[in-house]
Amino acid sequence: MKYTEKSIVELHGLLKSGELTPADLLAESLEKIHVLQDKCNAFVTIIDDAEPEAVTDSLLSGIPYGVKDLYSTKDILTTGSSNTLRDYVPFFSATAVENLDKAGAVKAAKTVTDEFGMGGTGTTGHTGIVHNPWDLDRMCAGSSAGSACAVSAGVVPFALGTDTGDSIRKPAAYCGIVGFKPTYGMISRYGVFPFASSIDHCGAFARSVADVAIVIDAMKGKDDKDMTTWDSSHIHLYDDLKPQLAGMKLCYVKELCDISHYPNPHRELREHLANFMEKMELLRANGAIVEEVSVDQALLNAQPSVYVILSCAEATSNLANLTGLIFGPRGDGETYIDVMKDHRTHGFSSLIKRRLVIGSYVLQKENQERYFKNAQRVRRLLVDRWKELYQTYDAVILPVGTGPAKHLDGSLDILDEGTSPLEEHMQIGNFGGFPSITIPDGFIDGLPVGMNITGNNYEDQKVLNIAAAIEGLMDYKDQIAREVKR
Amino acid sequence: MKYKAVIGLEMHCELKSNSKVFSPSRNSYSELANSNVNAIDLAFPGTMPSANKKCVKDSIKMAMVLNCRIPEYMLFDRKNYFYPDLPKGYQLTQFTMPVGVHGHVDVPFEGGILPVDIHDIHLEEDAASMDHLENSSVIDYNRGGVPLLELVTEPCLHSAKEAVAFLEFMRSAYQYCDASEADTKKGQIRCDVNVSIMDEDATELGTRVEIKNVNSFGNVHDAIVYEIKRQSDLKDAGRYDEVVQETRRFDEESGRTIHMRSKEDAVDYKYFVEPNIPRYRITPEWKESIRREIPRLSHERRREYLETYGFSETDATVLTRDKGISDYFEKCVDLGMEPKEACNWVTGSIVAWLNKNEAEIKDFYLTPEMLKFIYDNVKKGTISGKQAKEVFTKVLDEKKEPSAFISKENAQISDAGELEKIIDEIIARSPKEVEGYRNGRDRLFDYFVGQVMKATRGKANPIMTKDILHSKLDV
Repeated sequence: MKYTEKSIVELHGLLKSGELTPADLLAESLEKIHVLQDKCNAFVTIIDDAEPEAVTDSLLSGIPYGVKDLYSTKDILTTGSSNTLRDYVPFFSATAVENLDKAGAVKAAKTVTDEFGMGGTGTTGHTGIVHNPWDLDRMCAGSSAGSACAVSAGVVPFALGTDTGDSIRKPAAYCGIVGFKPTYGMISRYGVFPFASSIDHCGAFARSVADVAIVIDAMKGKDDKDMTTWDSSHIHLYDDLKPQLAGMKLCYVKELCDISHYPNPHRELREHLANFMEKMELLRANGAIVEEVSVDQALLNAQPSVYVILSCAEATSNLANLTGLIFGPRGDGETYIDVMKDHRTHGFSSLIKRRLVIGSYVLQKENQERYFKNAQRVRRLLVDRWKELYQTYDAVILPVGTGPAKHLDGSLDILDEGTSPLEEHMQIGNFGGFPSITIPDGFIDGLPVGMNITGNNYEDQKVLNIAAAIEGLMDYKDQIAREVKR
Repeated sequence: MKYKAVIGLEMHCELKSNSKVFSPSRNSYSELANSNVNAIDLAFPGTMPSANKKCVKDSIKMAMVLNCRIPEYMLFDRKNYFYPDLPKGYQLTQFTMPVGVHGHVDVPFEGGILPVDIHDIHLEEDAASMDHLENSSVIDYNRGGVPLLELVTEPCLHSAKEAVAFLEFMRSAYQYCDASEADTKKGQIRCDVNVSIMDEDATELGTRVEIKNVNSFGNVHDAIVYEIKRQSDLKDAGRYDEVVQETRRFDEESGRTIHMRSKEDAVDYKYFVEPNIPRYRITPEWKESIRREIPRLSHERRREYLETYGFSETDATVLTRDKGISDYFEKCVDLGMEPKEACNWVTGSIVAWLNKNEAEIKDFYLTPEMLKFIYDNVKKGTISGKQAKEVFTKVLDEKKEPSAFISKENAQISDAGELEKIIDEIIARSPKEVEGYRNGRDRLFDYFVGQVMKATRGKANPIMTKDILHSKLDV
């Protein structure tokens, strides 16, 4: 049986007609989750005692899904893939999870993340590294590694992610699936472990634009517990999903996409950008207006550092509640300072500690103006520039990263000079809180690559309509990972 | 005093509200430890703050009382430091844009005016309270997240008395604005005091010493007096270099200040704007509606009572000590009672009853309307002053309308014509007694009074009765 590889809409039809029972669907999913776990190590917790939900008119009723281990799930272990919370069982669920509970979706597993979402490799979680189901020697990217892996491998139709830099949209590309984070504040972050609150987003993975729209519809909504949420009750992403490309004005950034900007580009980068340009021609052929725009190179070069400064600064403060005093393993020591220190020293991985030191440094009185405040200013400049683009264009369309998934053994990757802005540009979507989606747009050596479409705030519907239209022109909808044999 | 003292105050006052400033937990003090806490107060992962609008409103109100400049937006900042009484690892406060800056108030002081400049006033959350036992410490998170307004004065005060006068002024303002009970006994007000001394003619401020967490006005006074003397003695002895910038605490038992930490130990709080609370616009309309809610404060009312009504200092003090009492008095006057008489009722019977019953005016059964009704009946002569007091007590004892005790049945007969008629009849049927009285048997006067009372079943106005009897018999 391969029901879990089907789309949400298709599954709903089968469940409704009685051809498939929610119990059988859940059992199949759990069985495959165990098999995938042995292969890819994508899960922190497999919820073997999950109860099937009754089928209702809700499209998600009875559908099993994966939950990134940053979302609090009541009575289910939630670790943030960190030793600091290795035994933490929340007594409340994140609002987004509660909303999915109401829609009748079934939590089948908690998925591995880079520790507290702080990483882009899927290798820093306390349960070990996550392997890419297309090629076990490669990474899924991160931080939502386990969720991307599970959806890509076809063990669940959808999974939840969070996205502070590109933690949904990069893994989606590496795993050949769809990853979407809607406008900041559309989905409540209450109960989701924070990384950098001003740029943290909730979102989801699925294997088609339509499916991801269904999931976001169920997750979203104004929440009194999250003051940054806004009322989106008038927005129905799935019902109003109308693939549209004709007449749409799209732009890509010359400085990121033009191969001549990279001295001695590696083959993968060349193929990746060539594929992207080919797809731009395809869009033009189908009625879209696609134009090249130019963005100040200095601004683009500054962007990755801005991200490091802002995200690390907020993280030092957001993670300050992890002291082991109220929850988490209690540290040893004579004084409260020793007890806290012991908990944090043994709980955090070295990568997190490095980021916390950076965050603390840039917030210090004597450094704040030079680093933190300046980073905020550059963030504003970048967002303003993108907003300016949205005056003319319906969306900005760009290739994701520099090629297919990177190797887990980093020494096997060739890092091209000057590619950092191309690697990190999706963070601008976080700076501006823009709706942003990654869809697969081709293959290099049998491995998927992706493109990203980012629109203006509150234009989530438009972004999905464009993405759905582009998806329809290509052959990558509903694709399941096919392991590359070496 | 040889030296000029320069004093600045930081006054923390807990606000009155149903829930905490950033969480829905109850804001109430002195209950079972750790009973008013939820996931937000304990900073469980993923929890987020929601700002309490009532607290925001009260903070704007107090900023207005202090004549501060109020920003266009409400913003909060994180003040980052590790301590067990602070589960998040940071305190939500206002640093970038306090709710009020550059304020000024004129405080009545020793018959004149004490001008006080306000640096800023800001809204923040309180930390949990801790008890340090011999070998361990215990934490009560009930206080964690309680709304706190901190106001910071400029270093513009010069004596312990001035400092206390300002604090008392503020306590009353908090109470009048209904923003806080401002009860030091409940720990709702805590102060930090900055003290330095300088030569009278010096232009540069001396070394500033901070005394933290002084919890009563008496202690504020004593701490300042002690600290001025400590610094002056050192200066006298030529050892002023021993006065260092430091934080001290006030030890109540010895009446001394004691070193806590020096300036070098100061923490870098790494402030930055709280991203989870979007900047909230304070519209001019909202500001205006808040301004309209600010009542006349005690010192304004006091001046009015002294100057307009000519009340005594004592009466003015009693009337303004509690806004409820003052409001009650003013309502009585609005209803048409003579101010002096309203004052007598309030400062006399009412305050006495409240004290005796340990009650508060807000729970007082007898409304100004009821008092006016009793007062009117005295004016009309329906009841005597003495009866009015009885009615007053009965209303409070039996929780009934005063009209229940001033009915036609039991009303005093004070109508001269009616009484005259009754008296004429009695005189007409008592020729013997009239004659006897007129012949010098004075005691017979009581017989007539008795007859009138008998005829009216005791309701005749006794004074009028006597007057009429005298006028009829003493011819």
